Amino acid sequence: MLSKEQIKHIAQLARLELEDKEIESLKKELSSILDYVEKLKEVDISGVEPTSHPFLLKNVMREDEVEEFKNKKGLFQAAPELKEGYFKVKKIL
Amino acid sequence: MKKTLELVKMNIGQIREGLLKKDFSALELTRAFLERIEQEDKEIGSYLTVCQETALSQAKEVDDMILEKREIPYLAGIPSAIKDNILVKDIRCTAGSKILENYIAPYDATCVKKLKKEKTVILGKTNLDEFAMGSSTENSAFYPAKNPWDKSRVPGGSSGGSAAAVAKGLCAFALGSDTGGSIRQPAAFCGAAGLKPTYGTVSRYGLIAFASSLDQIGVIAKNVQDLKAVFEVIKGKDKMDSTSVDTSLKEKKGKRDVQRLKAGIPKEYLVKGMEEGVERAVKEAIKKCQEQGIRIEEISLPHTEYALAVYYIIAPSEASANLARYDGIKYGSFQARSQVKDLQEFYFKTRGQGFGKEVRRRIMIGAYALSAGYYEAYYLRAQKVRTLIKNDFKEAFQKVDLILSPCAPTTAFKIGEKITDPLSMYLSDIFTVSVNLAGLPAVSLPCGRADNLPVGLQIIGRPFEEDTIFEFAQFCEKIWTQ
Repeated sequence: MLSKEQIKHIAQLARLELEDKEIESLKKELSSILDYVEKLKEVDISGVEPTSHPFLLKNVMREDEVEEFKNKKGLFQAAPELKEGYFKVKKIL
Repeated sequence: MKKTLELVKMNIGQIREGLLKKDFSALELTRAFLERIEQEDKEIGSYLTVCQETALSQAKEVDDMILEKREIPYLAGIPSAIKDNILVKDIRCTAGSKILENYIAPYDATCVKKLKKEKTVILGKTNLDEFAMGSSTENSAFYPAKNPWDKSRVPGGSSGGSAAAVAKGLCAFALGSDTGGSIRQPAAFCGAAGLKPTYGTVSRYGLIAFASSLDQIGVIAKNVQDLKAVFEVIKGKDKMDSTSVDTSLKEKKGKRDVQRLKAGIPKEYLVKGMEEGVERAVKEAIKKCQEQGIRIEEISLPHTEYALAVYYIIAPSEASANLARYDGIKYGSFQARSQVKDLQEFYFKTRGQGFGKEVRRRIMIGAYALSAGYYEAYYLRAQKVRTLIKNDFKEAFQKVDLILSPCAPTTAFKIGEKITDPLSMYLSDIFTVSVNLAGLPAVSLPCGRADNLPVGLQIIGRPFEEDTIFEFAQFCEKIWTQ
């Protein structure tokens, strides 16, 4: 079973604000999911290569040419706050 | 002119014929669908956004072409719906999430661009589980969609809105996305046909990413002919998606004699926990194929029992990375900006409030599986077992041309039945996730009923052999209705 501290640590990594009540329920739910995936430990994986994609991928190369995205306005309109054509963010320090 | 009910029941081929013979105009047809959405969709909840104006103007364009006696493309004037995690320019795209509640798509997904080029009419955007995470459409941040056959039941998910809309006659076909069964399972629950193409055949540009090594855009329609027609339009290599594949180089030329195909049934798929009625319907359907000379043999996919565990490590891990982009700065709905003190707090609040419960849960699983000290035990191990699952299929396809299985272990379940127990919800994907892990194409085809609810047969093929699946599925359609 995951501890409350572990849940808080994962939430920290994932940048998720969680209420206390949810931390409790996540403790149970995550633990039961992790118990279920424990069964992967039964499998003999010695010498097996990992699959990260269904098919072997090759690097796809193209000319490094700048293409103007035509609907810049559309891109920016999704942002909640803009200033002088830039995304506005809260102070970092 | 035909009555609304007659119009909305037609498949793509029939609509095209009607348009060309001028039995009805594209405008009349689109109006009939819009009217029906207005009347019926309050109860079904299959649409999140209806694009009345653009749909009517798209239809008008087709009528003008017909009037000018210009040749119209195959899908011209066909009323369609697009899952709301696929971008349609200038239309809201929510992914079923509050965090994208006000997001207006700044460009067309490649598959949408191709549909527009065909002059297809887009009626609207369909409901889904938030970020396509779920098997019931109950995880939609807006409202759950309902099963047209029984409104107390789920339509399946995550493309539940697309499947319900097709089944209820609220569009002629719909696009969906399938990461672990999200096209096939709702198609089965709603009695529609669903296609999850080979990974890479349809460009993912403009699809809101969930798990990038598993996601694939596909089609839900009334029959196999229609699946094929839409697939032909949306597939193809795209420079905007480096994982997309030029399938013309891979296709096998020449038709095969369907009756010479050999199909395998994985013995591991006849599991405990499968509903009796589902098992009976699937077995009867397969028996009918056998009677028509299709050779059926038992095969083995020995790592089947691990597929779901592999999926529930890999998909959340990729999701936790993909969903890191929702920071509330480039797009987002978090309003109380002035009340937070710094960027850190802003992230926590935006994401904590913007994501729903299941999405938060999956981000947490993924973040855990990828975190220092656990990566090898979970993610890397899952990727290795994924290789074994893929090899199982490779071996099986040495012996058979197609693999048949039920699409889901149950028929459509009751709304609320599984929502509180994530693991029981995950189990409804038990027959579909392996196909995504291996990147294979598969069709879900209505094959019978259990307690009056639709049952779907899953037909899995070799990579890039969609055509073999289509031929077999069309053969099945014919013999099952005899």
